Order: sequence, then C-alpha cells, then structure tokens
Amino acid sequence: MSARDASYTPWAWTRSLFGDGNILRLLIACVVIFVVMSILRPDVFPTPENFLSMGSQFPEIGILALAIMITMLTGGIDLSVVSVANMSGVLAAFVIRALIPADAEAGQVALGLAAAVVVAFLTGALAGFVNGLLVAYVNLTPILATLGTMTLYTGLTVAMTRGNAVFAENRLVFIGNTNVLGFIPIPLIIFAGVVAVFALILNRTAFGVKVYMIGSNVNAARFSGINVRRVLLMTYILSGLLAAVVAIIFLGRNNSAKWDFAPSYVLQAIVVAVLAGVNPSGGSGRVTGIVLAILALQFVSTGMNMLLFTISGGQFFKEFAWGALLLTIMVANHLSEQRRLRITRRSKPET
Amino acid sequence: MSDVFLSLTHISKSYAGVQALDDVSLVVKPAEIHCLVGENGSGKSTLIKIIAGVVTPDQGEIVINGKPFRRLTPMDAIREGIQVIYQDFSLFPNLTVAENIALNYELSRNARIVRWGQVRQLAEAALGKIGVRLPLDAEVESISVADKQLVAICRALVQNARLIIMDEATTALTEKEIRALFKVIHNVQQEGVAVLFVSHKLDEVLEIADKAMIIRNGKVVVDVDAANLDRNKLVYYMTGRRIEEADYDYTPQQKRPLLEVIHLSSRGNFQDVSFSLWPGEIVGVTGLLGSGRTELALSLFGVLPVDRGEIRIDGKPVHINSIQSAIEHGIGYVPEDRLTEGLFLDQSINRNIVIRTIDGLTGRGGLLSITRLKERARQWIRDLSIKTSDPELPVKSLSGGNQQRVVLAKWLASKPRILILNGPTVGVDVGSKSELHDIIKNLAREGIGILVISDDIPELLHVCNRILLMRRGRLAGMFDRRELDENKLTSLLTESTPAAPAASTTQSLSPQIG
Amino acid sequence: MLKKLFSRQETLVGVTLIVLCLVIGAINPVFWTPGNWFDLARSATVTGIFAIGVLIVLVSGGIDVSFTAIAVFSMYTTTVIMNQIGFEGGMPAFFAMSGAIGIVLGLINAFFIARFRLPTLIVTLGTQSLFRGFLLFVIGSKIIRDLPPGMAQYSGAFLFTVTDARGITVGLHSAVLFLVAVAIVAQLLLRYTMLGRSIYALGGSREAAERAGFNIVQTQVFIYAFVGLLAGIAGMIYGGLNRQANSQDIVGQELDVIAATVLGGASIAGGRGSVIGTLLGVMLVTVMSNSLILVGIPSIWQRVVIGAIIIIGTAVPAIRSLRAARRANVDIEPLPAE
Repeated sequence: MSARDASYTPWAWTRSLFGDGNILRLLIACVVIFVVMSILRPDVFPTPENFLSMGSQFPEIGILALAIMITMLTGGIDLSVVSVANMSGVLAAFVIRALIPADAEAGQVALGLAAAVVVAFLTGALAGFVNGLLVAYVNLTPILATLGTMTLYTGLTVAMTRGNAVFAENRLVFIGNTNVLGFIPIPLIIFAGVVAVFALILNRTAFGVKVYMIGSNVNAARFSGINVRRVLLMTYILSGLLAAVVAIIFLGRNNSAKWDFAPSYVLQAIVVAVLAGVNPSGGSGRVTGIVLAILALQFVSTGMNMLLFTISGGQFFKEFAWGALLLTIMVANHLSEQRRLRITRRSKPET
Repeated sequence: MSDVFLSLTHISKSYAGVQALDDVSLVVKPAEIHCLVGENGSGKSTLIKIIAGVVTPDQGEIVINGKPFRRLTPMDAIREGIQVIYQDFSLFPNLTVAENIALNYELSRNARIVRWGQVRQLAEAALGKIGVRLPLDAEVESISVADKQLVAICRALVQNARLIIMDEATTALTEKEIRALFKVIHNVQQEGVAVLFVSHKLDEVLEIADKAMIIRNGKVVVDVDAANLDRNKLVYYMTGRRIEEADYDYTPQQKRPLLEVIHLSSRGNFQDVSFSLWPGEIVGVTGLLGSGRTELALSLFGVLPVDRGEIRIDGKPVHINSIQSAIEHGIGYVPEDRLTEGLFLDQSINRNIVIRTIDGLTGRGGLLSITRLKERARQWIRDLSIKTSDPELPVKSLSGGNQQRVVLAKWLASKPRILILNGPTVGVDVGSKSELHDIIKNLAREGIGILVISDDIPELLHVCNRILLMRRGRLAGMFDRRELDENKLTSLLTESTPAAPAASTTQSLSPQIG
Repeated sequence: MLKKLFSRQETLVGVTLIVLCLVIGAINPVFWTPGNWFDLARSATVTGIFAIGVLIVLVSGGIDVSFTAIAVFSMYTTTVIMNQIGFEGGMPAFFAMSGAIGIVLGLINAFFIARFRLPTLIVTLGTQSLFRGFLLFVIGSKIIRDLPPGMAQYSGAFLFTVTDARGITVGLHSAVLFLVAVAIVAQLLLRYTMLGRSIYALGGSREAAERAGFNIVQTQVFIYAFVGLLAGIAGMIYGGLNRQANSQDIVGQELDVIAATVLGGASIAGGRGSVIGTLLGVMLVTVMSNSLILVGIPSIWQRVVIGAIIIIGTAVPAIRSLRAARRANVDIEPLPAE
C-alpha cells in the first residue's frame, strides 16, 4: 500500500482537526485523566466547586505558556516572562497606591485601575521590546538574552521595592474572587479571550504565518523579504504583553506583587508548551495544544492533591506528576514518530 | 595481491517491493578512477551505502580484497580500507584541521589518550601525500569549502584507504577548485588508492574517469572505459533520451535599460562594477567562487552593503540597503542554496509559495483569507507544473526539481521585474534542468530582466544572451553569447590574466541593439 | 596569533575580572584581605563545580537544568539515610553516597536522552520536576538541622586559618580542593582523552560523529552520569557549608550557573568552551555579587549588575560576529597601474 493510499481512510478528516497525533494524544490524556480522577474521587473531583477552583488556577500558567509558545515558534524562548510579570505587577501596584486614596469614589477607582493596567502593559511591552532588541538586533541567543534580562528585570524589581512585597490595597481582588454568572472565574474569561486573540493572530494574520516561517527557516525567511527583525521584535513584545496580563491576574489573586513570586512558573510554562507539541526549535505548534496541555496538567495536579491530601508533602506530588507526564508524552511522541518513519521508509525507496 | 580490489556481483536491493537496485555488478581495481553516474533517484546512493556496509543487499555477493562478505558492516568496510566522503564532508567545524584529519584514525585504533604531537604529524604526513599545505591549527569552520574537501580526503588517507568513494564531491566547488581537486585525485591514485567518483556533472566524468558506470532506475545501463564515451552518449545513457537545448535568442523589446549598475563597490566584497540589464535579457554573471559574483548579487538584493557607486532602475537612481528596499524596487533573488536559504522545508507547499505576497492576501476584517491563499498557490502550482498530490503537504515531500519550482513560484508571485537567480539548477537532475531552463527563458520573454549567477558553463551558454565575467572582485569582461563557445568560456573562467580589454568599454555596457 | 587571543571570550572575561578586582581593591582595600578571598573561594566552590558540569553538557551540544535538583536530592537523601542508620563516620562517606545517588539520577537523564534522542532541555526540565517532586513528596520537605556528626563538623574543615590585623581568624575551606580537583580532571578529560574529544566532536557535528563511529550513546551516558556525580558532590558541599539539609533549596540556581558558564565562553550551540573560561566566568560573577557592598553599592542592586554583565558579556562577541558577517572575503584585485 502506498503512502497516499494509507492516508485515504475514513479518518482522514481528523488530520485537519488534530494536526499530527500529538493533539489527539493530548485530548485522550485529558479525557482519561478526567475520567480516572472522577472515578477515584467522585465526591470532590467532578463537582462545580472543583471546576471553579481549577478554572481560577490554570489561566496564569496557561497565558505564560502562550508567551513561551510564540517565542518558541520563532525558534527562540523567553525565560524572562515571570520576571516581567513581577515587574509589571509591582509597578501597577505602585500606581494603584499612588492614584487611589483609601476613600476614593468609584470613578477615581476606575481611572486609577485603568492607569495601573496601562502601566502594567507598557512595562510588559517595554521589557519585551528590550528582549526583542537583544535577540533581533544584537543577535544574542534568545536563551542568553532572556536569561540576562530575567536577572536584570528581577534586579530592578528588587531595587524598586527594596525586596518587599507591594500591596494593591484590595483594589484588584475582585479578579480573583468574582465569578461571572456565578460560575465563571474572571481569570478563565481572560484566558479564553487571550486564547481567542492568539489563535486569530497565529492562524489568520500574515504576521502569524511569518512567525511560523521564521521558526522553520530563518535564512529563507530573510531571503523571502520577511522583515525578520521586526517580526521577532513583535513576538517578544507580545510575550511581554502576555506577562503583563499575568501580572494583573497575580495582583487579583494575591493582592500584592513581589520580585520573587512564582519563579517556578517559567519552567512550568515551558513544560506546558512542550507538552502541547510546540517544537522547541521552531516552526510548529498549535494553540489548541496549549489549551489541552494546561487542562491535562491541571486535572493531574488537582486530582493528585485530592488523592494525596492526607499525606504530608502531598502538594509536591504535582511537581513529580508534571515531570512524569512531560517525559511520558515526549517518549510517546518519539515512538510514534519512529513508527511513522518506518512506515514511510518501507513504502518509499531511498535512493 | 589480486588486481581486483572490490567486486560486487548481481547485487539487488528492494524497499517494500520497489526495486532500488536490480542485478548490479561492479568491479573496482586498485588505483582506478571509476565514475558512477546517474540521475537523482537512479540508485547511486543505495549502491554507495551497500559498499560502505550501511545497507545490506537482498541478493548478490560482495568481495573485498579476495574476501567474500555475507553481511558487510560499516566497521568491516573501514577495516578493509573503504572510505566514504559524503557530500557534506562530515567534518567537525569546531575542531582544527589537524584533529579532523587524525581523529577518526585515532578512534579506529581504539586510542584512549590523545597525543597532540602525533596528531599533527599524522595530519602533516597526509597533507604531504596529496601535495597541499593547510594551516594545521585553523578551525575547520574557518576554511573554504575546497579546503574542507581536502581535509576529508586526508582523513580518508590517514585511515589507510584503499578505495575512496566521493559522493558529488564537486557540487560546492568552483572550476578552479575542481581542477585542483582532480590533481589531488591523481596524486591519490599514484598512492595506489582507487577512487569511486559519484557525479552527475558530465564534463567532470569525461575528464577524470578511467571507467564509468551509468545506472538508471536501479539498473546498470553501461559500464565502460571512459575513452569510449562522449557527452551526448552520457546524456543519452543517463536519461534515456537525447536532450537538445536551444540557445536563448534575445530580441530587444524596449529602449531603456531596466537596471544600470554604475561603478558599484562594496568594501571587501567587490569593486567598481558597471553593467546594465535590459528588459527581456538573461545576463549570466560568472566567475570562480571568491570572485565576488555572489557578493554582487547579494548587494543588488540589499544583503551586503554598497559603499560607492550607483544603482539605477528605469533610469532613476535607487538606494538599496535592505532586502525590503530591493523588493520594493521589484528585485527578486533565488538563492544558491535552496535548502538553507530558499525553502521552508517543514511548511506546506501553499505557504512556501505565497509567503512573499502574504501581506496582500487579506480578506474580511483584515484577516488572512485562506481561500485566496489556496487559490493563489494553486495557480502557481499549475503554471509551473509542480507535481504534488496535496499542496498542504510539507515542501520537503517534493523532488529537487519541483522544490526549485516552488522557490521560483514564491518569487514570481510577487511579480518581480528583475530576477536574480543564483545557481538555478544546482543539484537538479538533467531532465528537470532543461525544463527549468525553459521556464527561465519564458520569463525573460515576458519582459523580466534576469541575472543568472552560475559557473555551469553549458547552462550559461544555453540560457544567457550576454555573460559577465568576474575575477577577484572586479568585472573582468563582458561578452555576447555569440562570441563564446564552451572552450572559450572555460578558458576565460580559469585563466588568471585579465580578459580582452575591449569588452569593458562603455558601449558594451548595453547589449547591441539591432 | 595575538589577535586570535584577544578575540577569545576567555581573554575578555579574564581582563574584565582583573580590571574589576583592581577597581574594587582601589575603592576598598578590604577586598584584598585574605578573609575576603577565602569568602570568595567558598562562594565560588559550589557554583564552580556545577559550572564545570554545565560546561561538559554544553560542549556536547546539550543543556542541563536538572543538576540542581540532582544536587539537592543527593544531599538531602544522603542526610536522611545517614541520620536513619546513625552513621558516625566522616565526610568522605557522605560524598561517596551523595555522589553515587547523583550518578544514578544522571543515568536517568542519560536514559531519556540517549535512548529516545529527546532534546536535552526538555528531558532535564522533566527530570528536574521528577527528581524534586519525588524528593519533597517521598523523602521529605522539612529542613533538617540535626545533622549527622560528620556532616555537622564539615563547615569547620579549613585547610588553614590566618588571623588578620584585627584579630579575626579566617580560614580557607577545604571544599575548594574539590573545585581544584574537578577542574583539573575536567581539563585532562576534555583535552587529552578520546572521550573528551568525542564530547567536542558530538557537540560540533552529531552526524559526523555518528559516521566516524563514535559511540554516542556511551559518550552521553558518561556525560550525564559525570554531571550527576559532580552535582551530588556539590550538593553535599552546599549542605555541609550551610550546616543544614533543606530539600527546597538549590533548585532555582540552574539558570545563574548556566549564565556564568556561557559568560566564560561556552557555546549554547555546542562544541565550544573551556575549563579555564568557565572558572573565569564563575569568578567574575562571584566577585561581582560579593563585592558590591565593598564598593558602597547597596546589595539590592546585585541582580541588576549581574544581569547587565550577562547581557554585555554575551552581546560583545555577538555584535562582533555580526559586523564580520557583513564583509565577505573577496581578495580584490588592485587596479593595474595605467
């Protein structure tokens, strides 16, 4: 049977939906984990309360993973996302403290919060701009450039705050504890919005296609007249903006910002992106993958917490499970790729 | 010792029912230069892999040095003195010349400790054998392609090679370097080493071979003394048909040159180059590697900086300092290395074709229109007859010739007025080559001005109506196609004294207009 | 030749380090006191050993972010086991056990990397979570301050002590010998053994290394086991010097160590890097972060300065190579005299 015949099956339509097998495997993983957890803890896992709590937890890392994704698509990476989020958060908190007095009326509060959000976004964009300059114009390896700026931004945040937490005077906590229509956490809505915009940017704009092309072959992109530097600069700015979104959610959940908040999120976001099937050397990866990957990881973490809450240190099992899941999916991808190669090789002679 | 080093008899190999090699027999004698000729896909690579022990044949016998091998392993092959120099040389760019030459030998004798004095001695001795000098402590990354080739040959010699297999050894070399390589091959031959020279460049084969074996579709077409071959016979054997190419006959269309290059210089790249390009012209730019021909093309395309001089398009001076500005002025550039500079191998054929013009493919709300994108790509797939079952497949699923058409389509989609083609048919087999030449000629007939950067002499003569010769960063001559034949162009290309000065007068900046 | 020497990252970092020392010393003479240098040596020891491990991985074309997890895992587990069996002996047994655990964890990395050919960054990200999660969940998440006697005494194991002008006794800690030994072993390994050269070969071109017949699986197994061993030892030193075993410590420093190594000239793309450069990179970062206070810069600026060093230190060679690429090397013929 030739390779062409092999692809002509009743299941051919799934290719357009799932791309490679990775998305399908992720979907299966999500469902399996969900079902298993629901069977193991039917009293607490498949409950509205739990969905609410999960829905307010994963958006942060989910959005950071999108930031990692867009830079990874170009063959780069942005290790500075969390430091940018913390810096933006601290500055936004400063703005809130400065502009909104304790007895402020509604209008003043709204104005102050708007200013805080604008400052957070400007900070994110500026930090991303610096990253982009270093990567696109100075030609630094992205790992190194963003490693350097990560230290730099963290350092600036330390210097601005003398290492202390900055409180946001309860002005943003509504983000963390309001549920729209009583059952949709605001962070989840933000996440959905970001995902939608992101999917549109990547799949339905010239910019998005260029991002993939640059990741696929930067030289060819340059010779095709793509303004590689500008596109790279834009991706790092986008990444910085996403970090600023996360900064606002951080403030909403914690009511404060601090330089050393959530450093482990960088690696966790990379785990999500890789699990989602984003190729670390660039050129491929889908937003759907990110959504499924973050859901799978959230189900695992929550489920594990429920199973192990009686054991001391049970909260750390999550870390173990994430690592195990990442390695398992990578090995599974590798094995299926091997099998696919063997099939094509058999059906097509090498010359 | 027997007078046969290697003999393969009745070798067959199939992959899932497809016959890659069918009853192939080959005899290589010591100190013999045996050429293996065939189009891409003819089974050359499979044969090399079988000799190197990488692939086991389904049937047939392998005898090396009188010893029969049932299952030849790569280590067996190396131990018997078979060395393969792959197209990419398989060198270590981060290590020195000396270490590259000696490392594999040290490895094969199971050394645990590196003695640097010995490494240098080995390298020096090997370089001496082939009569060349190279800086032993230079990193291989920093030396030229031709020198890398020599390092690879030395490495093979150090390992006591009795047979060196060279896979498409000359692809990246200039005429002059090929000459030097041939001399080295003859030196190697003097050492009693046989060479299996794999190529699809016919002229080389005719020049260097003692014997030539031509294979097509996995079968041996002929295996004869090279003395009994000529060019036409070779083409016939390779493709199974005779290819007659008509020269391009240029008819002037307009009264104004499209592109004028006036005293253009780029420090460290080329100096004081002047010429013009008229609509409908195909002008060849040739010269050895390092003559500045590629650099000139890159400057016109805004990749390399211009320091002095002027570029005019339609008589108006233009400033080209980036690829974007070149494109704005209607210049397209098809790079030399299709794989690293031309294509996005993992991306779809559709995306590869439309990427140049993607900014214009927007639909409602400024978003990309997928329908228009596919429509645009379909049109080019049809026009350039790109053979594919599904344009959503990655472009790496295509053959070399079809890949090159995708690169062309990418540029044609943006309707360039000036098209620079750098090595348009490098690594394309003979059949596809003449088809690509036809496409190029048709484009010129539509009024595009085309610059063809190449050192493939028959190609230049078939395709161009005018040929510029570059030498050491300067324009050394400018010739009408009708003044030249293969011999004359070859000698012009390889001689080191300046060409006829008459050619560089101001008048000959323009083509003769009737 | 001289030009080549000056274009090397090692030279750049070395000169910067010397200038920095002179400047700091001129501002505050305390910099040149033995006490300060003993402190610097002590701070550089653990980072230095980690960095040598990172160097070897980088040269081979990989990247490892799990070594900190291996270090804390080995150290904490060793402490727990030794407490459990009531071991009364000296430090060598601790190093042996911690190193052995490190090797085992390194072999797990090697298994995924060599057997499945997965990208090293991804594998070590995964194993970092795996090791740390396992450590905190299964072995323990509490800080152990009640150390076995051998380990408890280790922080006082000075090579020698001097009493300075103010009557304060300061000592050079013996742990620095580990760094010296590791550096020498790594230098000999990388420069004079076929194994070492095969690491460079692998980082230079994996395909060429395969074709030449290098046993890549064996090389990778060695690399990650060796890095595991170094991490185990460094983790033990860390625990001993701090007189506590904290299972939530160390992880988080990996990016800083990688930065120092790269600053010393090791290439993220593989195939390049030297022991001397790595040591210089580590020293530069250590001197910088330990001496800010000496020159009157508040310590809150420490990270800003380090971030700036990393950016500038890597940007200079990047800009240089960018410039060079704009000029090809055509040997332009001079105009014939008219």
